Amino acid sequence: MASIQEEEYNKSLDLKIWAKMIPFFRPYLKEIIGVISLMLLSALIDVCFPLMQRYAVDHFIVPNHLQGFAPFVGGYFVMVACQTVIVILFSRLSMVVEMRAGRDLKRAAFVHLQTLSFSYYNTTPVGYILARVMSDSSRISGMVSWGLVDMMWAISYVVGAFISMMFLNIRLAGYVLLIVPFVVLLTIYFQNRILRGNRKVRQINSQITGAYNEGITGARTSKTLVIEDKNYQEFSELTDTMHRASVHTSMLNAVYIPSIMFCSSVAVAFVLARGGYLVMNDVIAFGTLSAFISYATGIVEPIQQVARFLADFVATQANIERVTGLLEKTPDIVDSAEVVSKYGDSFEGKRENWEPIQGDIEFKDVSFKYPDGGDYVLQHFNLKIPAGTTVAIVGETGAGKSTLVNLACRFFEPTEGQVLIDGVDYRERSQLWLHSNIGYVLQNPHLFSGTVRENIRYGKLEATDEQIQEAARKVSADTVVSKLEKGYDSDVGEGGDRLSTGEKQLISFARAVLADPRIFVLDEATSSIDTQTELLIQQAISHLLENRTSFLIAHRLSTIRQADLILVVRDGKIIEQGDHKSLLQKKGYYYSLYNKQFMEEAMMRKMQA
Amino acid sequence: MAQTKAKGNYRTILRYVSGSWRFYLLALTASMLATVFNFLSPQIIRFTVDSVIGEEPDKLSGFMLNFYQAVGGREGLRSNLIFCAVAVVAVAALSGLCNLTSRISTAKASEGFVRRLRNALYAHIQKLPYQWHMENQTGDIIQRCTSDVETMRSFVTNQILEICRVVFLLIFAVSMMFPMNAMMTWAAIAFIPIVALYSGYFHKKISKKFREADEAEGVLSAAVQENLTGVRVVRAFGREKYEIERFDEKNNLFSELWVKLGYVLGAYWGVGDFFTGIQILTILALGTIQTVNGSITLGEFLVFLSYNQTLSWPIRSLGRIISDLSKSGVSAERLSYILNSEEEQDKPGAVEAPMNQDVSFQHVTYRFEGEKAVLDDVTFTIPAGSTFAILGGTGSGKSTLMHLLDRLYDLPEECGKITVGGVNIQDMKRSWIRQNVGMVLQEPFLFSRTIEENIASVLPVQTSTEDRLSQVKQAASIACVDDAIEGFQDGYGTVVGERGVTLSGGQKQRVAIARMLLQKAPIMVFDDSLSAVDAETDSSIRKALHENLGGSTVILISHRITTLMQADTILVLEDGKIAEIGTHDQLLSNNGIYKSIYDIQMNQEDREAAGL
Repeated sequence: MASIQEEEYNKSLDLKIWAKMIPFFRPYLKEIIGVISLMLLSALIDVCFPLMQRYAVDHFIVPNHLQGFAPFVGGYFVMVACQTVIVILFSRLSMVVEMRAGRDLKRAAFVHLQTLSFSYYNTTPVGYILARVMSDSSRISGMVSWGLVDMMWAISYVVGAFISMMFLNIRLAGYVLLIVPFVVLLTIYFQNRILRGNRKVRQINSQITGAYNEGITGARTSKTLVIEDKNYQEFSELTDTMHRASVHTSMLNAVYIPSIMFCSSVAVAFVLARGGYLVMNDVIAFGTLSAFISYATGIVEPIQQVARFLADFVATQANIERVTGLLEKTPDIVDSAEVVSKYGDSFEGKRENWEPIQGDIEFKDVSFKYPDGGDYVLQHFNLKIPAGTTVAIVGETGAGKSTLVNLACRFFEPTEGQVLIDGVDYRERSQLWLHSNIGYVLQNPHLFSGTVRENIRYGKLEATDEQIQEAARKVSADTVVSKLEKGYDSDVGEGGDRLSTGEKQLISFARAVLADPRIFVLDEATSSIDTQTELLIQQAISHLLENRTSFLIAHRLSTIRQADLILVVRDGKIIEQGDHKSLLQKKGYYYSLYNKQFMEEAMMRKMQA
Repeated sequence: MAQTKAKGNYRTILRYVSGSWRFYLLALTASMLATVFNFLSPQIIRFTVDSVIGEEPDKLSGFMLNFYQAVGGREGLRSNLIFCAVAVVAVAALSGLCNLTSRISTAKASEGFVRRLRNALYAHIQKLPYQWHMENQTGDIIQRCTSDVETMRSFVTNQILEICRVVFLLIFAVSMMFPMNAMMTWAAIAFIPIVALYSGYFHKKISKKFREADEAEGVLSAAVQENLTGVRVVRAFGREKYEIERFDEKNNLFSELWVKLGYVLGAYWGVGDFFTGIQILTILALGTIQTVNGSITLGEFLVFLSYNQTLSWPIRSLGRIISDLSKSGVSAERLSYILNSEEEQDKPGAVEAPMNQDVSFQHVTYRFEGEKAVLDDVTFTIPAGSTFAILGGTGSGKSTLMHLLDRLYDLPEECGKITVGGVNIQDMKRSWIRQNVGMVLQEPFLFSRTIEENIASVLPVQTSTEDRLSQVKQAASIACVDDAIEGFQDGYGTVVGERGVTLSGGQKQRVAIARMLLQKAPIMVFDDSLSAVDAETDSSIRKALHENLGGSTVILISHRITTLMQADTILVLEDGKIAEIGTHDQLLSNNGIYKSIYDIQMNQEDREAAGL
């Protein structure tokens, strides 16, 4: 289905990968230590309960009296109460660690996503990212907070039992230790396979999330094409793959855990035969063997737990790889350290240091190709745009009209050369500085779930209701609003779905106007707006664009005619530039474009006549 | 009431277990057997240590005794201790085998369940009405389909088996204890109703909290999804900080709800463990007193205690199971919400009427819930095979008309009717209409597949590869997008990004047109689908369409007079009402809206001509 390639991981269990999680759990070190000590305390009490039982037998039943019975019951009660308190505290602390560390992890991923470049979003489906932010991070924090604790308990139990066995009889303990190499071998054999299996499972999980996302956002299109069943076929292939991969991984677990248990039983059997022989030959005391066997059988269960945990633990590495893979993805566009220290980062600008922007833009010997490959789109391109200039970009669909805008707005940076804003390379200023001064209206505008008012306010968060309404009026968006039942408080739906494209374009226009930017970009911003409204907007635009640097991308040459500078783009290259008059006189590509369009309209007039 | 509803939710979800019953049965049997073997193994070891190696007299009976004697009794075993060891290993092997079988069949059962559930969700979501999609947030639905499905998986993987095991052990332990001492058994099981009662109390309390937490997760997931989808807007306005603040709010709410839930759960589990501890203490104390009194022997006391251990474990897990049930109940509810939403359905006896007929809108009125009417008593007819154009202001109801024709929205009965060849489209099969009405949406969606796959998506699966490519190429050339596609490095094999982002708006529209053309529908709708295309391409597409469409009825929506003027009939829509209808010439002589729009567009040309 989706042919998007994700990073491949092939390392086996690697603690270095786990170490990357330390910063996220360090803030909760106190809680983690608390959880571990509570767990140890709880284990201690658990060990004491059978002793209490023996005490009852030895002190009340065998001597056949009930002296001191009340204090005994009281003592037992206290232990039960302690255990209760421990469970309460332990659950709280574990939950705190799981949820807060998980929260921090999600936050880090989200914050990082805000810095990643468009080239990343162009190639990575939303569903894939969503799976990493939400489900992978939850798995990691759940594993560390609950699993690690169980693991600590099981391991300390096993180690403790081993030590006791060694004290009891070093030779017999040696026999038990014989299983260690087998366990290690089995573990190594299985762990790599389990990890590989889980990587596959997690990868398909991302694909499934992606498929749901597409299935939902593309639902309308699927309906109009009547391809629901076909989509379903593809989806079920995906779940088939998931089924195979998950069953395969579970099989590995299903073999691994009983194998480890079997090993420990063999050890016990061995000790039984060998130890029994030694007892019968009076080499060791019966009591020693009896105690020894209790320990040996007692560790079978914890060993199984350790095995089960190890399997989960190793599998979680796949989740960590996916989250850290996201966190370590370097944005193509980064502000240098000096820039950040002076102007602030992408989140918190040091506005007091920001130079007011004039809007002079200069492309200086700029060469550019898109990071995802291909040829140079621009080569040694030079252009000066003085502040306040209206630049129009024309050309056929897909000719690369957006490239210049992307470069000017620093959504992409030049491969070579410089873009100067007010005479300074824009890499010497922060991205936020520039973006705070840009108003961008796209052809397919995206609105956020919420009301019309909230969407317009996105342009200037501190705007008053009056300012919002004024901005809407300026671009005639108020006509849209007046048609809505609840006016400015009407819900626009997810992505603005409840509005038509034309209505969305108007709202997003108002949003950009409210931002009052120094640089305006109108990318086919009025393509779906009706003629009468467009006429109103055009009048508003010419007023709005006064004293601002602006880029207009449009097909209708009539919109473009008044521009101070027209760039004609063809096959990704700028082939002509100049104002309307000079371009027509040149009788080049613009001239022919213009004539074709003009001919068509002239034909219309002929029909009228 | 709430109880039956919860049951209904579970029933909705557990339907999907039904294909896996065999595996479940196998898993259950194997896990019971494994329990038995696990129980047996320590007995053998104990017996060997105490009675074979040690001096304690054996207490065997029945076939065990026969078996014991057959291998040579105590003396025989003493000289061949290896037999005992082999027995231990053999039992361990059997237990391991059962364990393995149980795990594998559980995995097969639950993975099978999850696959069926996921498929059902996907298929169902595809078939839910468009209206439903408008009302629900993508991210929230995704959260339900992923995270809630995970919860249900763990429910069927662990909890169903766990419940069976608990019941099995309860019955086993109680049936062993009663013959020994009825009074103490009553005391032991008296705790079960107490645990059940307080669990019931907590169940209500945590169900609510689980729901809150799960809903918060849905909201969080929707927020992330929206941010990622709208990343270009976020970046263009430099709103990263604002987005993070909003995310933080939801993220904090989600995690703090869980932390609070942890408090309640901790209390719940703690109290559960407390009752278990007190239960054991009660039996220990009672037993001790009774033994001291001489009503039971020490041996009986010890055996009774060990059975009580077996009993206390299920009592203890009962609480956890119920808390997990609360959690999975919420997930079941959230998934049932999707699965129980009604799919688009055809009327009984829906027909497949011929579609190469006149299309007629009769007194069509339509409003969205709680909104003003979008269409108000609209009546007109589109003759078969003609080209029909619609012009109208932003939000005048043009797209709604087309959505109604394609039955993305259903027209309520009292709100007029739409007929094709005299047959009301409400009486036709939905899929039939959509197959026969080719529609290019205003903002077309391309799937993350290759361009070829996108265009060919309406072709039958069995179409041969060469045939497919040639059809795709032909459609692409009519849509004037073939040059652009061939210009890409991978040509028709180019993968378009999730929302088709690597293509420009105009290219996307044209790929969508090519895709629609392969539908070869008798009615074709272009909903402002050339808005992002330059005038030159626009006219060549229309020319190519004209040459290739044959007898299809074409409905064009556009703001460009040049696009519309050659249509047989032009409809001008204003605020949901028909303002004017007629040919280009008629409308011009009408001197109405059409004329004024025409003048505006022409005047621009005039001014331009002056510049020439």
